[in-house]
Amino acid sequence: MKRGLADMLRGGVIMDVVNPEQAKIAEDSGAVAVMALERVPSDIRRDGGVARMSDPEMIQSIQAAVTIPVMAKARIGHFAEAQILEALDVDYIDESEVLTPADEENHIDKWDFTVPFVCGATNLGEALRRIGEGACLIRSKGEAGTGNVVEAVRHLRTINAQMRRLQSADSNELFALAKDLHAPLALVQEVSLTGKLPVPLFCAGGISTPADASLVLQLGAEAIFVGSGIFKSDDPDRMAKAIVEATTHFRDAHVVAKVSTGLGAAMKGIEIASLEQRLAERGW
Amino acid sequence: MPRVGVLALQGDVREHTSMLERVGADVVAVREVEQLDDLDALVMPGGESTTIAYLLTTSGIRETLGKKIEDGLSVLGTCAGLILLADEILDGRSDQWSFGALPLAVRRNGYGRQISSFETIVEVKGVGEVPGVFIRAPKIETWSDDLEVLAFHDHGDGDHPVLVRKERIWGCSFHPELTKDDRIHRLFVDAV
Repeated sequence: MKRGLADMLRGGVIMDVVNPEQAKIAEDSGAVAVMALERVPSDIRRDGGVARMSDPEMIQSIQAAVTIPVMAKARIGHFAEAQILEALDVDYIDESEVLTPADEENHIDKWDFTVPFVCGATNLGEALRRIGEGACLIRSKGEAGTGNVVEAVRHLRTINAQMRRLQSADSNELFALAKDLHAPLALVQEVSLTGKLPVPLFCAGGISTPADASLVLQLGAEAIFVGSGIFKSDDPDRMAKAIVEATTHFRDAHVVAKVSTGLGAAMKGIEIASLEQRLAERGW
Repeated sequence: MPRVGVLALQGDVREHTSMLERVGADVVAVREVEQLDDLDALVMPGGESTTIAYLLTTSGIRETLGKKIEDGLSVLGTCAGLILLADEILDGRSDQWSFGALPLAVRRNGYGRQISSFETIVEVKGVGEVPGVFIRAPKIETWSDDLEVLAFHDHGDGDHPVLVRKERIWGCSFHPELTKDDRIHRLFVDAV
């Protein structure tokens, strides 16, 4: 039941918003949920400093503004922030590398909570460790706040390739593969049988155009998170709607072409090699 | 073999598809207006009703589907699908529209936000006990006498219908597609 909400979000777009006005635009544009946070990742990246859970007042103002689910971020390992978010009745907690980690060894014991958690992953081992800790939804991390989809593609392809490897392995090999992946054996055996994660796999980090959305969905993502890509574009309202439509009709290039036409500039974007801090490296 | 469409704009399309295949339907994923042709029935899945409503409009399906419902197409809506079939939506967006095919008023998230989501056993008329998964579920608050109620649930505030039918239109507050029990899908497909 905890993972049921993730099933309901499939085929949808979850948008980062920093105030009720943006939340309304997201809902009007067909977002399936919003992520309430104080600064979008590109601003966190620009401003530096410690990034923490958002002010409860701001989260509540967004909950009051929209009828769709509201998610919020806690720092990696910061179970007290997660307790606060649960007390605020948020619909999903993102234990997120976009915020400054609070624990450099341990993630939150997510089995301890009633509210479901989403966590990021760059590879299959990381995804299965998070699921072992109780995550109900995995998002490939990408590199948040860059407007550059290259890392999202790398992480999705890595997770999928590693799942294919498990599928082709015989049962004797799974013990060593679990060791190599640093992942719980039972989950490795399950993926080997089913060929997919035990929870839905969404994609985040760098998606900033309808074409990006179509790309990652064709690569196997079941829904997408868009952070800076919408509200850092020239025309957020149109960009939001275009990405929603491209997500539904991701295999129909005519629809994606139509919604991509005359959109104005997407967010500027950053070359990954020029980054001082890679957020995807946070989390272990 | 009945030809059953699953509205595939957003939501848990996959679960409905595999359930319907299990009970012997020929399943079509519906993303475009033309795919509504030659259907014996349609399932509107769980998901976000505002998102699905938006995509129904942009895809041009809304108008055609509305006509087909009037002309007697069989439709089953679960959760968000129930909201889209209702006569009246409470606590929705002020501009939220619906097909008005079921004579009832439904409250969005009437059973609470995600933290209040729950699983229970529901007694369905003519079927028996089925598992009911309620996720940010809509609550049927008022309903007309000509609505056939196939199951009630009391969540501490009296009996509210959770599975209803008016002729060819079926609505369900919970998610039979998320369980292993295919009897509600079978009931619907057999009626078609």
